[in-house]
Amino acid sequence: MADRDVRAAAAAAKARSPEDGHDHGASCSPSCAAHAHEGSLGAIDRTALVSARGLGFQRNGRDLLDGIDLDIRKREIVMLIGPNGAGKTMLVRLLLGLETPDRGEVWRREGLRIGYVPQRFDVDSVIPMTVERFLRLGGDASLARIETILDEVGAGRTRHQQLSQLSGGELQRVVLARALLRDPDLLVLDEPVQGVDYTGEAELYNLIARLRDKRGFGVLLVSHDLHIVMARSDRVVCLNRHVCCSGVPETVAQHPAYARLFGAEAARAFAVYRLHHDHSHDIAGAARSADETAASAQGAPKGNERA
Amino acid sequence: MLEPFFLRAVVAGLALAVVAAPLGCFVIWQRMAYFGETVAQASLIGVALSLALRLDITFGVIVIAVAVAFLLLWFSRQQVVAVDSILGLLHHAALATGVIAVSMLKGPPVDLVGFLFGDVFAVTTSDIAWIMVGGAAVLGAVAWLWQPLLRLAVHEDLAAAEGIDHRRVRAIFTILLAVTIAVAMKIVGVLLVMAFLVVPAVAARPFAGTPERMVLLTAILAGAGVLLGLSLSATIDAPGGPAVVIVMSIAAALSLTAASVMRRP
Repeated sequence: MADRDVRAAAAAAKARSPEDGHDHGASCSPSCAAHAHEGSLGAIDRTALVSARGLGFQRNGRDLLDGIDLDIRKREIVMLIGPNGAGKTMLVRLLLGLETPDRGEVWRREGLRIGYVPQRFDVDSVIPMTVERFLRLGGDASLARIETILDEVGAGRTRHQQLSQLSGGELQRVVLARALLRDPDLLVLDEPVQGVDYTGEAELYNLIARLRDKRGFGVLLVSHDLHIVMARSDRVVCLNRHVCCSGVPETVAQHPAYARLFGAEAARAFAVYRLHHDHSHDIAGAARSADETAASAQGAPKGNERA
Repeated sequence: MLEPFFLRAVVAGLALAVVAAPLGCFVIWQRMAYFGETVAQASLIGVALSLALRLDITFGVIVIAVAVAFLLLWFSRQQVVAVDSILGLLHHAALATGVIAVSMLKGPPVDLVGFLFGDVFAVTTSDIAWIMVGGAAVLGAVAWLWQPLLRLAVHEDLAAAEGIDHRRVRAIFTILLAVTIAVAMKIVGVLLVMAFLVVPAVAARPFAGTPERMVLLTAILAGAGVLLGLSLSATIDAPGGPAVVIVMSIAAALSLTAASVMRRP
């Protein structure tokens, strides 16, 4: 699990500040609030699906992103977390080639098929479009496959509805279905749990992990929800204009840089979804749905105190 | 009533109705009505230029329309002022420039009103040839690019992430729109050409469940608008282009009324 770039970054961090080095998979720059850089991972990794080195992006003379190194490999679930304004969506846009970096390089494997679920999918009711037609736009999928995938993401009922009639959660699932229908090598989900209720969130993470096991694509998952990190992610990358920490979920939360970035409170509140076990360590801030009791009754993670 | 000039007007109008239908739909799907309006009004400059240089007017207008369209695309890349504000400003400037340019031409007086509102009954066989050839090229290109165009119209970032070359597709669409405007200008004039594209599409929208059906319905409504409008024009001796636009607008008003009524519980 501690793949090469984590080890390399960890080694680099260690070299800079020995007391900050961790051997169990997490690597963090010594000071996150200040401008500290990860040790460079060296050249572009051409065995990865996507590899980025030294990415920098400016807007109006201000650095939105600086010195970002990131690799996403086959079968790997990388979770990108960070506070609002950390540049998560911009990093995704750079990795996807929707924006051109001011510095650094993004390399995508030749012929890489990307399934993308953007942060906001504003449907314009001006264009008439049924769910089924929308799904066929992404590629030439058979009707039977469309039905299967829609059922899989839990949006089977929407098939003949107009996109503009869907709720936020339904729309998110439909866009996910389109991404999956493309048989992606890399699935990129920007804040996929927005507009999804509490139970739905756990289900969604579970589904993504299950599909990854089955199909072996790489996953880049973005979240601003600092407290909930998918237990099945192979690597968590904390971003605040630069990469602050990266490593396996359990260790990143214990890291001083994580506490500095998100506050001690947040570090304690860090929860790891144990999707196959019926418990989690969620303490605060995760609850967003009024149906929390119902969610608990259905075996979703418990422990929210905010209701 | 079926004089040759009337027949020519009907043929040109119907052909244009079919060509304009997919373009009109994409214009409203992508909220480009103001963009088209600006290109259309700038094409009067093309008229003046063609007359001054003794070029074919349609050709001159196409050149200017394409140039202006790309200039606008380039303008819209800045992110300081909203694009519709810029367009709202520029289309007046373009019209003013065009009117002055036409008025400054030496030689025989130019029928400015004809260019502003179109002169459908003055359509010549060579105009019809332009419409047929240009129209076939535009329709062929739209059919070829249908899927990527639609994907871009639904969600540009999603399409781009999925590997659509959005800059190229958008550039081609811009050229197609400019060519359609230039060809249609002859019939409905620079001031009404966007109505010819947009109004039937608006009328079709409430009754279409898929993009393809919307285009089909737009073409049918536009064709009916041309037939009814030209008949009306012949009956009450009104100018052809405005009569067609009036009929289309009534259809759109009825359609939107019906849509509002249907939405009410």
